[in-house]
Amino acid sequence: MIGALLRRDLGLLLPGGRGGTGVLPLLFFLAVAMLYPFAVGPDAQLLARTGGGVIWVAALLAAILPLERLVSADLETGVFDQLHLRGVSEELAMASRLLAHWLAFAPLLLLAALPAAALLGLSGETLQTVVLGLLAGTPGLAAVGLIVAALTASLRGGAALAGLMVIPLAVPILIFGAGALSRPDTSGLILTAAISLGLCAIAPFAAGAAIRSAREG
Amino acid sequence: MQARLAATDLSCRRGDRLLFRALDFQCDSGAALLISGANGIGKSSLMRILAGLLRPFAGAVERHGNLGLVDDRLALDEALPLGKALAFWEAIDGCRDAGRALEVLDLIDLLDVPVRYLSTGQRKRAALARLLNRNCPIWLLDEPLNGLDTQAQKAFEALIALHCGGGGIAVVASHQPIALPSPQEIELAEFVA
Repeated sequence: MIGALLRRDLGLLLPGGRGGTGVLPLLFFLAVAMLYPFAVGPDAQLLARTGGGVIWVAALLAAILPLERLVSADLETGVFDQLHLRGVSEELAMASRLLAHWLAFAPLLLLAALPAAALLGLSGETLQTVVLGLLAGTPGLAAVGLIVAALTASLRGGAALAGLMVIPLAVPILIFGAGALSRPDTSGLILTAAISLGLCAIAPFAAGAAIRSAREG
Repeated sequence: MQARLAATDLSCRRGDRLLFRALDFQCDSGAALLISGANGIGKSSLMRILAGLLRPFAGAVERHGNLGLVDDRLALDEALPLGKALAFWEAIDGCRDAGRALEVLDLIDLLDVPVRYLSTGQRKRAALARLLNRNCPIWLLDEPLNGLDTQAQKAFEALIALHCGGGGIAVVASHQPIALPSPQEIELAEFVA
């Protein structure tokens, strides 16, 4: 049963899937990395110093793009209702959705960090910290995104609101994830991973509760 | 175990409006229940309460046996061909003999058609196929005849009779006449607060 759920969610969300945003977050991410040197000028030193932070901001914004249809489509068509009748809890459905959502955008983003680093002239060492940081931070971004998508799924204009709500909630991940770039040790990465794990643990329950309350509304 | 569905002293509130109150009924194995009433009187809300999707304002629902719900929401992936969209629910329900329902509801020819191209009646038949595949004793049907042509209506009425004859329970909310095997009837207007 869990297998069937996950297969359907992946079919929906993976690039080339029928319900997701495909490679749009990836292109958006690369576009930001490309725009930044145009905006601040080709000062290699400045780019190398600030580029890691830009990649983080781009990743955070790219993580917002898939949220619009992440939960609302299935809520409208009654998929969660039918799952509930079959004893599949909202929490389980959301856990599966969380995993599929992360798989749909994070691995691509990690790959795209390579060309983005080249565009910004980052050193290999910085790139490594950025990639490790994104690996630690993207599950948390996915979790925040899922919670917010579920909370706003039944609202009109929910998508725009979702974007606004994700940003403050993602600030801790950004602080520690991007902060790891300016620290000699790995404490930033570890804290990012800790925040991510905490958010991933909460997300299915928070999102599941949001879906149940949307039903009552 | 015998299937059973009973409501005691059921009230439903939506927003600040009390839709109905003090509704009692019980359905044992083989029973059919017809719920009628004007639009907006609370038929669909009652269905959702019976399904456990909505909390009643007061009262309780007693349920023995799995239930299946057919309402106006299809819960099939619009972009997928019908066969694949139904296959997801067959996998969730652990259904091994999906072909029979497709045959009975005359859906075989539509399996390759994406769900978004289906007509209202065809969509309804797809939802009914999912209900049959679920193989559950309690059927909750919210306007099941909507969009069905006369032939499909007759076929589905026969299916309900078969279901009740085999010990199943059918609860039907409908504003159009539907032939049920010796139904209990509830006129929701009598319970309006």
